[in-house]
Amino acid sequence: MLYNEVTSHANQVDNVMIYITVISVIFLLGITFTMLYFVFKYNRKKHKQASDIHGNALLEITWIVIPTILVLTMFYFGFMGYKGIKKIPDNAFKITGIAKMWQWNFEYPNGKKSDTLYVPSGKPVEIQLKSLDVNHSLYIPAYRVKQDVVMGKTNYIVINPEKTGSYDIACAEYCGLNHSMMYTKLVVMDSTDFNEWYASLDTQKETDTGEK
Amino acid sequence: MANGTIALAEKSFYQEGTTKRKTGLFSWIFSTDHKRIGILYLTSVTFFFVCGVILGELMRLELIAPGPTIVNAETYNRFFTLHGVIMIFLFIIPGIPAVFGNFFLPIQIGAKDVAFPRLNLLSWWLYVIGAVFALTSLYLPGGPADTGWTFYIPYSIRTGTNVSYTLMAAFILGFSSILTGLNFITTVHRMRAPGMSFFKMPLNIWALYATGWVQVVATPVIGITMLLIIIERTFGVGIFDPALGGDPILYQHMFWIYSHPAVYIMILPAMGVVSEIIATFSRRTIFGYKAVAYSSLAIAFFGYLVWAHHMFVSGLSETAAIVFSFLTFIVAIPSAIKVFNWVATMYKGSIDPRTPFLWVMAFIFLFSIGGLTGLVLGSLATDVHLHDTYFVVGHFHFVMFGGTGTIFFAALHYWFPKMFGKMYNEKIAKIGVGLFFIAFLTLYFPMFLLGYNGMPRRYFDYLPQFHTLHFISTMGAWLMFIALSIVIGNLLYALKKGKKAPANPWGGVTLEWHIPSPPPLENFEEIPNVTHEPYDFSQLEGMEYGTE
Repeated sequence: MLYNEVTSHANQVDNVMIYITVISVIFLLGITFTMLYFVFKYNRKKHKQASDIHGNALLEITWIVIPTILVLTMFYFGFMGYKGIKKIPDNAFKITGIAKMWQWNFEYPNGKKSDTLYVPSGKPVEIQLKSLDVNHSLYIPAYRVKQDVVMGKTNYIVINPEKTGSYDIACAEYCGLNHSMMYTKLVVMDSTDFNEWYASLDTQKETDTGEK
Repeated sequence: MANGTIALAEKSFYQEGTTKRKTGLFSWIFSTDHKRIGILYLTSVTFFFVCGVILGELMRLELIAPGPTIVNAETYNRFFTLHGVIMIFLFIIPGIPAVFGNFFLPIQIGAKDVAFPRLNLLSWWLYVIGAVFALTSLYLPGGPADTGWTFYIPYSIRTGTNVSYTLMAAFILGFSSILTGLNFITTVHRMRAPGMSFFKMPLNIWALYATGWVQVVATPVIGITMLLIIIERTFGVGIFDPALGGDPILYQHMFWIYSHPAVYIMILPAMGVVSEIIATFSRRTIFGYKAVAYSSLAIAFFGYLVWAHHMFVSGLSETAAIVFSFLTFIVAIPSAIKVFNWVATMYKGSIDPRTPFLWVMAFIFLFSIGGLTGLVLGSLATDVHLHDTYFVVGHFHFVMFGGTGTIFFAALHYWFPKMFGKMYNEKIAKIGVGLFFIAFLTLYFPMFLLGYNGMPRRYFDYLPQFHTLHFISTMGAWLMFIALSIVIGNLLYALKKGKKAPANPWGGVTLEWHIPSPPPLENFEEIPNVTHEPYDFSQLEGMEYGTE
């Protein structure tokens, strides 16, 4: 749920979510209770004669201006939580992610291949995403990030693994029969463990050993 | 509003038609009377709604537990595609404008019919032909499409299912929609009764008018997209298909340039109906009539400019993402204005919360949730997380079903006495709307939580941690089935056994309440001369009204 403390980006997204949700709940309750209050107070049984009120310029301007300001703050925070997520840091570790129906493969600079995404913690990772058939989408719910993988085009995603652990990677763009099975894991290891794994030659069989 | 008199002892449009044949099927399917066409649409649209509901129920049953339950993944993928195609193209888009717009637009502006009655009949026929295309795919080798209603390329090219029939159906249905829009725009401009200036029109007409423009301007894009696909397939020119050097993202742009405005084709007419019902049952004028009228136009206009918010994670540039996110927040404002004005209209009204009004109250709550969760999706940081998850599924069901669907039923309960000349049982109708409300929240609210927890949409199977929420949602689906059965059953019973309805059961003052229930063939014995504001309830003096 909220605030899994996995990455600072995930926390920032949750902050935006909380901000919009709190304002939304206030509006929703305000509208609902006002409506219910009017329906009881001005019920025809007690209130036979309605008064025709055609409008009130001041009131109407207020409820245009205030919501506009509020949604613009939402836009701003949403933008701040997005800005820079596409920026590739100079020290980024580069991995290529290849999606096909219905599995993920990751290729490392030293030629190592894996269907699980192993990464070291504390270092930004850039994943170049390619598809071999149709569109897919690399989605890491715990990190609050996703990027479509589009056939015929190379997209990329930058992640900043912090806490070690194992996280789900799902496919979020519908890709046919086994779309819902197209899961793999993101395994974040501390740099010693990662370097050990990265240097090992046993390339093809590495799948789940990182889960501890 | 009108100085027209109630024509008594005249034949209703059920007894008198426009065709040579006086009775039987042909007197309906070849009728150019806008009211008969409205009822033709009501019949066909309700039929497809029921089909869509059954598919939805089957999907929810499949998702009651992880792993295969009743069908396999292949069938499930076809279910959600058909559910989407049927609900969007055969129920929601034509729903309110083609049924209630056809029936009431000419009456509310004091006209005998729409501007082009034969074109109107043609749009219904195109609807039927489109529906036949959509259904044909069920019986052809390959079976119905499994692409989702978005038909994203390249999957829609690779799949062996009958995508082209479904696309053809969307193409034909598009023309049906364009013709209806064109007809409404012309009718509003050319056929208003003497004295009915634009600002004396009921807000329902403003909404249908704005919708008409979206239909005429946006719908051709889906036609163009279809033609490009045909050119691509026939001549091998790479447009969308990456295998031919085309760009699948271009397809997504083209698709959403139509399909986002289409969302407003779906919701705007519902907003018009809400204004009518609130005014009538509060028995007072709309608070901020002009603001409500102009906000319809604003929604129609800004609705064109936000399509790429469906594509924030497709590889769109950061600049484009920022612009589209900003515009998305702007388009939220006119909808908010409407909600505030509707609630303010209840202030110092004389409110009689009858069944149609209860549907509208349910609408205000559900649609507000739909709109407010739209803000979460318009915001970039959160959308990247929630795009293509159950959060989106929840959001659009709150907007489309909680919004337009709820108002479809509100409109049906509001105008049922006028359309059929029969009253329904209000007690049962109120139980129906209450149960609908509870069922709705049980069915769709868990989807927001599922989505935030990372459950992607269009999944046949899911991880065990999502089980509880899916289970609750399925329980909601069963409740929904019961609620809808009560609502529809009650109305069908009323059709057969209902008491005779008076001309003006609710004490409404727009023009349809000045003529008999059901109306005569050309609506008015004499075209009324409009002198009143649309919601001037002083007209009730000297009018007969009420259910007893």
